[in-house]
Amino acid sequence: MDTTAQLNPTTEQPLAAAPRLTLSGISKSFPGVRALHDVSLSLYPGQVTALIGENGAGKSTLVKIMTGIYQPDTGTISIDGQAVTLPSAHAAFGHGITAIHQETVLFDDLTVAENIFLGHAPRSRFGTIDWRTMRKNAREVLDTMGAGHIDADARLKDLGIANKHLVAVARAMSIDAQIVIMDEPTAALSLKEIEELFLLVEFLKSEGKAILFISHKFDEIYRIADRYTVFRDGEMVGEGLIRDAGQSQIVRMMVGRAVDHIFPQRKAEIGAPVLAVSGLSHPTEFDDIGFELHRGEILGFYGLVGAGRSEVMQAISGITRTSSGTITLEGKAIVPKSAADSIDAGIVYVPEERGKQGVVIGLPIFQNISLPSLKRTSKSGVLQLAEEFALARSYTERLDLRAASLSQDVGTLSGGNQQKIVIAKWLATAPKVIILDEPTKGIDIGSKAAVHGFMAELVAQGLSVIMVSSELPEILGMSDRVVVMREGRIASIYDNKGLDAETLVKTAAGIAA
Amino acid sequence: MKVFLKYREVWLLAAIVVLIGLISMRFPGFAAFGNLRQVFNDTSILIILALGQMVVILTRSIDLSMASNLCFTGMVVAMLNAAHPAIPIPLLIVIALLGGLVLGAINGFLVWRLNIPSIVVTLGTLTIYRGATFVISGGAWVNADQMSPDFIGLQRAAFLGIPVLSWIAILVIALFFLLMTRTALGRSIYAIGVNPTASVYAGIDVGRTKFIVFCISGMAAGLCGYLWISRYVIASVEVANGYELNIIAACVIGGISIAGGIGSVGGAVLGALFLGIISNALPVINISPFWQMAISGSAIILAVVLNARGERRQGRIILKKAEAA
Repeated sequence: MDTTAQLNPTTEQPLAAAPRLTLSGISKSFPGVRALHDVSLSLYPGQVTALIGENGAGKSTLVKIMTGIYQPDTGTISIDGQAVTLPSAHAAFGHGITAIHQETVLFDDLTVAENIFLGHAPRSRFGTIDWRTMRKNAREVLDTMGAGHIDADARLKDLGIANKHLVAVARAMSIDAQIVIMDEPTAALSLKEIEELFLLVEFLKSEGKAILFISHKFDEIYRIADRYTVFRDGEMVGEGLIRDAGQSQIVRMMVGRAVDHIFPQRKAEIGAPVLAVSGLSHPTEFDDIGFELHRGEILGFYGLVGAGRSEVMQAISGITRTSSGTITLEGKAIVPKSAADSIDAGIVYVPEERGKQGVVIGLPIFQNISLPSLKRTSKSGVLQLAEEFALARSYTERLDLRAASLSQDVGTLSGGNQQKIVIAKWLATAPKVIILDEPTKGIDIGSKAAVHGFMAELVAQGLSVIMVSSELPEILGMSDRVVVMREGRIASIYDNKGLDAETLVKTAAGIAA
Repeated sequence: MKVFLKYREVWLLAAIVVLIGLISMRFPGFAAFGNLRQVFNDTSILIILALGQMVVILTRSIDLSMASNLCFTGMVVAMLNAAHPAIPIPLLIVIALLGGLVLGAINGFLVWRLNIPSIVVTLGTLTIYRGATFVISGGAWVNADQMSPDFIGLQRAAFLGIPVLSWIAILVIALFFLLMTRTALGRSIYAIGVNPTASVYAGIDVGRTKFIVFCISGMAAGLCGYLWISRYVIASVEVANGYELNIIAACVIGGISIAGGIGSVGGAVLGALFLGIISNALPVINISPFWQMAISGSAIILAVVLNARGERRQGRIILKKAEAA
């Protein structure tokens, strides 16, 4: 236990004297993953603190701790110098902490006024909701924010995302929130809407709110933040005033890390092109995507979340359609209309969300593995169980999967083993090109090494791999070439020789090198 | 999962044995082989319908139109038989199957191509198919004396001491068992019910599979159209009115999860038998039909509670393992 006074040995003079919210010595672990280790963060009234870090650095976990959704394993939280506990979202709300998320968590079918006052609506003498006062107060709050153009009686679903953000802020104002967390609020906004949001942030600053601003975009951070805190692998690695720090310095803090993981050494024997994509476009998600994938190559795809990497892969694997462009596999143009078409052609996509898109919990291991191969393990629609088991056994052995029985429900396996099942099931289709979307996200180090080792083995056998990953060490450690995507386009394609993490981060974020 | 499913069916089987035991205390003849054979025969139609409904429910859908489909196809074959007694009965059965298939395909098409929720589609066709029965029959009945002796007699004939109706049910059970455990289609049906998104990624056409399950439930209803009319020897617009609820009840009691993906042929058969035993036994031990409804209703709720608890327990196991990992 300690106090806030010891906590901030900041060398710089803070802009304002005392922090409003202080987190100190916060640690949080999940099974197999250490999400946060001894991190500290202070938010000052009337200032914007930017929280910066790669995916998986622990930002979301911290937000969930601050909003009472997760409980820290150790550490203290204090508000205005008073230690507090936040056992629930309701408690955090009561302490004046509110969060505005990328996708607003408001109620589409309620009116603006109802959304603002949900849970603390003004009551009449009889204990019923005083609708008139509520609407009046809602209009007042919106007016003070300069958002008088929003009709308090409009249904939320009729508003655009930017206006929904305004309503979320109005809600924060109505409870007199002193601490406002903005978790990637600009991710879904247009340029004009972002400008409006920034005006709002300025307004909140002038009201003396302490603001935590989470964003991947450096131009935004430099535009509105006063302070920064950098997280890396669940630890706080730097903080200070934004005016004292250059972009390169912050990027170095984000990516610099001790090597804790050895990637498999492999002799790259890159062959002829297998897959060629050119001019691939989608009306809203990506534009003019073109690249080549060679035999025996691992092609890394790096970019910020929402850069359109997964969307491109889903189009190549027949799950979504494109508006134009061509896909050529081994010299033959293919037009995949469904996932089955792509699988038959020899392209498989191992999706990112293991639980939702990958394993079928409730079915046994062998049935999960044979699922995309049912055509091959059955004769005129009748399953050949012996063949199914043989298929499952050969791939579980190759992936070193430990399970009591192949008839065991996959739900009883650990995350790492489930990931192996997902990979096994796709390998069992004997593909030419395998697309792995975030193949090691959320799994433990040991399983990561196994997945990486297996990828090396695959390309050695002449397969071609596309690896979408947001983890820099993985991209740099495994790829032969790296495609960097930004805002739905290919920003650059690098040969992975002497490539460094800073270049990748700068390209992905659109910072001139 | 499999162990657990077996457990659930064993539990249901035990409940049925206890039920038979209780009834035998009041009416000793009930447990005799001859009587149980009769109960099975009486339940055959419900078993076939429940199996058809099961494949639909497994894909997270529901077919409310089965009883109306049965009524329509039953009327069609009855009118054909009355008008042309020379049409051989096997051909009439094929016509019943095809008629049911067509009505099922209409449901499936609307669910697949227009993407309308199945409960809405089949609520609509429930009324439409019964209305169509009225249109083709003009509201008239087809009575026993208009039906040919073969039409009525086939299912009553016995083979190896067991009525043909029972044999048909046994054959259908076997076919469904093979479908669910030994075919790619059966596997896809389970996969879609458990995790539709992952199924799409695995190259399974979810829409087409749903279309097929509605065709299957339609064929089951069509077959039962003939069986029902020839058993109760009257075809009218009122045939099997409201029976869709018994079919769904049999599935629910049999442990078929309304949320899809969980359930087995054995469960559906036992669920139907449970209802069959209750409706057969209670009158003979002088319990009013109102109690019969209350008992069926309680069994449904009890089954849902037990199944929900079972699914929760499964979740806990996952967590424990995840913690241990």
